[in-house]
Amino acid sequence: MKTKGLLAVTGMAAVAGFAATGAQAEDLTLCWAAWDPANALVELSKDFEAQSGHTMHFEFVPWPNFADRMLNELNSGGQLCDLMIGDSQWIGGSAENGHYIKLNDFFDANGIKMDDFIDATVTGYSEWPKNTPNYWALPAFGDVVGWTYRKDWFERPELMEEFKGKYGYDLAAPKTFAELKDIAEFFQNRDIDGKTVYGASIYTERGSEGITMGAMDVLYSFGFKYENPDKPYDMEGFVNSPGAVAGLEYYKALYDCCVPPGSSNGYMSEGIDAFKSGQVAMQMNFAFTWPGFESDANVGGGKTGYFANPAGPDGEQFAQLGGQGISVVSYSTKQDAALEYIKWFAQPDVQAKWWQMGGFSCLKAVTLAPDFPASQPYAQTFLDSMAIVKDFWAEPSYATLLQDTQKRFHDYVVAGQGTAQEALDGLVQDWTETFEDDGKL
Amino acid sequence: MSHTPIERVAASTPPAIASRVRGLSDRTLAWIFVAPTIFLLLAVNIFPLVWTIRLSLTNYRANRAGAELEWVGLRNYTRILTDPDIWQTMQATAHFLIWTILLQVLIGFTLAWLINRKFRGNDLWTTIIVLPMMLSPAVVGNFWTFLYQPQIGLFNYAVSFVTGIDPSSFSMIGSVELAPWAIVIVDTWMWTPFVMLICLAGLRSIPDYIYEAAAIDRASPWRQFWTITLPMVLPFLMLAVLFRGIENFKMFDLVVQLTGGGPGSTTELTSINLKREAFEKWRTGYASAYAIILFVTVFGLASIYVKALNKVKER
Amino acid sequence: MSGYSITEPTPRQKWIAGTLVVLYALITILPLLWIIATGFKSPADAIAYPPKVVFDPTLEGYVNLFTTRSRATPEALEAMGPPETWYDGIVRQYGMVISGPSRYGERFLNSVVIGFGSTFLSVFLGTLAAYAFSRFKVPLKDDLLFFILSTRMMPPIAVAIPIFLMFRTLGLSDTHLGMILLYTAVNISLAVWLLKGFIDEIPREYEEAALIDGYTRFQAFYKVVLPQAATGIASTAIFCLIFAWNEYAFAVLLTSGQAQTAPPFIPTIIGVGKDWPAVAAGATLFLLPVMVFTILLRKHLLRGITFGAVRK
Repeated sequence: MKTKGLLAVTGMAAVAGFAATGAQAEDLTLCWAAWDPANALVELSKDFEAQSGHTMHFEFVPWPNFADRMLNELNSGGQLCDLMIGDSQWIGGSAENGHYIKLNDFFDANGIKMDDFIDATVTGYSEWPKNTPNYWALPAFGDVVGWTYRKDWFERPELMEEFKGKYGYDLAAPKTFAELKDIAEFFQNRDIDGKTVYGASIYTERGSEGITMGAMDVLYSFGFKYENPDKPYDMEGFVNSPGAVAGLEYYKALYDCCVPPGSSNGYMSEGIDAFKSGQVAMQMNFAFTWPGFESDANVGGGKTGYFANPAGPDGEQFAQLGGQGISVVSYSTKQDAALEYIKWFAQPDVQAKWWQMGGFSCLKAVTLAPDFPASQPYAQTFLDSMAIVKDFWAEPSYATLLQDTQKRFHDYVVAGQGTAQEALDGLVQDWTETFEDDGKL
Repeated sequence: MSHTPIERVAASTPPAIASRVRGLSDRTLAWIFVAPTIFLLLAVNIFPLVWTIRLSLTNYRANRAGAELEWVGLRNYTRILTDPDIWQTMQATAHFLIWTILLQVLIGFTLAWLINRKFRGNDLWTTIIVLPMMLSPAVVGNFWTFLYQPQIGLFNYAVSFVTGIDPSSFSMIGSVELAPWAIVIVDTWMWTPFVMLICLAGLRSIPDYIYEAAAIDRASPWRQFWTITLPMVLPFLMLAVLFRGIENFKMFDLVVQLTGGGPGSTTELTSINLKREAFEKWRTGYASAYAIILFVTVFGLASIYVKALNKVKER
Repeated sequence: MSGYSITEPTPRQKWIAGTLVVLYALITILPLLWIIATGFKSPADAIAYPPKVVFDPTLEGYVNLFTTRSRATPEALEAMGPPETWYDGIVRQYGMVISGPSRYGERFLNSVVIGFGSTFLSVFLGTLAAYAFSRFKVPLKDDLLFFILSTRMMPPIAVAIPIFLMFRTLGLSDTHLGMILLYTAVNISLAVWLLKGFIDEIPREYEEAALIDGYTRFQAFYKVVLPQAATGIASTAIFCLIFAWNEYAFAVLLTSGQAQTAPPFIPTIIGVGKDWPAVAAGATLFLLPVMVFTILLRKHLLRGITFGAVRK
């Protein structure tokens, strides 16, 4: 108790000191996932350290454990992280349980306007409740599920000819999911340069959120909806609509026909591996992986093409949102310094540099600049994808909702138990139960 | 009748000497020595247990510290016991338990029996066999996922080498049929040595003269095995089964690293399922009830088993 | 007794038994050798098909284990000039630069601190309790002993729920102290049981003689019993240490940035793109001390395992 009190006192003193002089040097810890963008952020933050005199520390956790570890940290009221770049779906829980501090006043005071950021990212990363001007984070890293393909294989004359003969249209980046499956089947078990290759790498991971992100990415375009637009939490006939069932069946068919052997538990890093090692013709993955392919010895140098999520049977086209906002943890004793970091990070020139280094900036000034689409081979695909995003529940009970989805989808798609209809009917049941427990139904 | 320690010491020493026992009395010393252990166990085991029971009657969620606590009576318990998913989990656990124990007893006993032939260098080779069980299951389990990779893994390659099956044609941790066996294989690899060591202790506890007497009676080696070796090792074997049973009922680290419970829920053992409920879905009250049910199950099964064990020992 | 004995196996029997056991031992150790070998492979060799037995050893895995790296543009690499150290050189091949040390060192150190801290505490408390149980009449002795043992039957995840809440309230989450106390509580049951066995074996006459010589009970314990029990205490300590060293379930749930030990950390080394050599390198460094320990101290350890089990 005594030490805790003392800590609080010194913490207050530090804050007070900072407010007075603005020059109190702090040790700030930023928590995020361990991935390429995080390394880029370390580099970027060196400018902040030089300007502010604060020292930045980083705690990066690999994706499969990221949510587990960080939510555990927040739920135990830990003071490890001053700044948290938390996943988009955490926002509801973090706002309602007081893990993050509300940023509205800070934004107003410092002239940071949410209108300057891509609308979908503001809704996705910052707002709770959704579509209300209550901000808990600054959009930090825009991300969305899209696809990469082996342009060099797609452009081989003999393959193009064979494909056209077989399917009656040109071999190119698919525009519909039906085409995507044709192409995947076409490449499955094909011998290319003496190596057996496979159709597509898709998300199948069970433990965290993999298969949900992958299957939802497909289901949206097939007509899946989380709830009745007119009646919140009314899910019957929306979650398990005929379209949604067809979508889930499609995902299973794709899994059964066209993935490399042993792809029963793969997420982002497995996708990267499969694509880089030349195992697959197409790969579903978040946009953050794209800069890595451009500089890769095997698939870089123009061998990789990009396309946004193709359209479903009725022409609807959506993509699963990824990405994160940056928030200040309410348990931190160095909130002022942490806010200072956000203020620095929001500046247009910092955001421009962020994009250059492989960070997907959400600032319109960056993404809407005339030279943006040409700045990287994947830039246009990123913009196209960001325009069609949808996200999973961001409710405080998101983890429960997610785990139920993981189980239902994995049981059906990978383990082959039951039917798609049963899986989605079961999901409606699970989710209803959770919302009832929460008193929302 | 002397009940207190000091009285007993006093009784066992001549009066003149007893008067010279100075310092702390034995009774005080006994308490000072035992108290920290008991206190620690109370604080870290019993208090939490009581707390768990209390939580199991509520709808508490640890990720909503501020939310109002509602007493739900036994609802969590009825919900768990009527949930088909939990029974599926129990089945997966039973499959894992039965097969690991069976294989480990068979292989472990055979190894012990062979080692007891006392060939040269047997203690070094025994140590090498023991190595896997000394290592961190999480770290080793994690690496086994690499050995199980369909195209590049050593395990698949070895199977293909022996049987001629294409190594990329099967996935040990990816297929519903094979995954339950994948975890049985690794656990057997790790823990067979434990059963082996206990059996070895049993074998070595059989005095030579019994065999000598049997040989004089012209009992065949086969008969000696069934009438002497096996009955005398049986209590040890049963003890090994008890230990492995309890350990594997609690199994978490190895399997969570190997399959994470997948594919689907094929290898989702109770501990993994419980972890999801408690620390991913944060249904603390529900998970607490689940924990109590598991605890009662282990305790119940173990006590029945210990009774059986004591009967065997008495024979 | 010398010469022929009917209970002594024939040379032929020995030879067959020996061959079978050695065969099993070789198969069983293969995965461990594979871990060590993979640590010295390049990422490409690690995932080569068919698996490579002969390969060019490299320290890439170890470099990746101990550093964090970030991608640099070709121009930036050009501008930096030639690599200053051999490990810089390894990283540059992949268009990366070293941006700092990794967390592996800290996690390893946490394992050492928590492992030794809890071992010391459990052996210290365990010796006291074991002595009391062995020599004094403690009320409800059998019940207490059973209670101490039964605490090990609870699945760690089940215990972790209230411990998590308790640690959160007391501010012990993710601290070394919290983990040391927790591991001590888990280990102490084993320690008491093992040590009671060892102390039971020490004849009471020694202490009684010391008491007659004018020692107090405590002095008798300290100067007579402890030295006699040294071997037992040492092998108990090794068991406690190995448990704490290997423990995963509590560590993964109750620690994160500060006090996280190596077992929950090592599987997460696989960052973006599976870097198996780095994982293998991390695993090797972590497992090797236990392997060496086991082989060197085999006499005591093997006895301890069966002793602890058979005692009951």
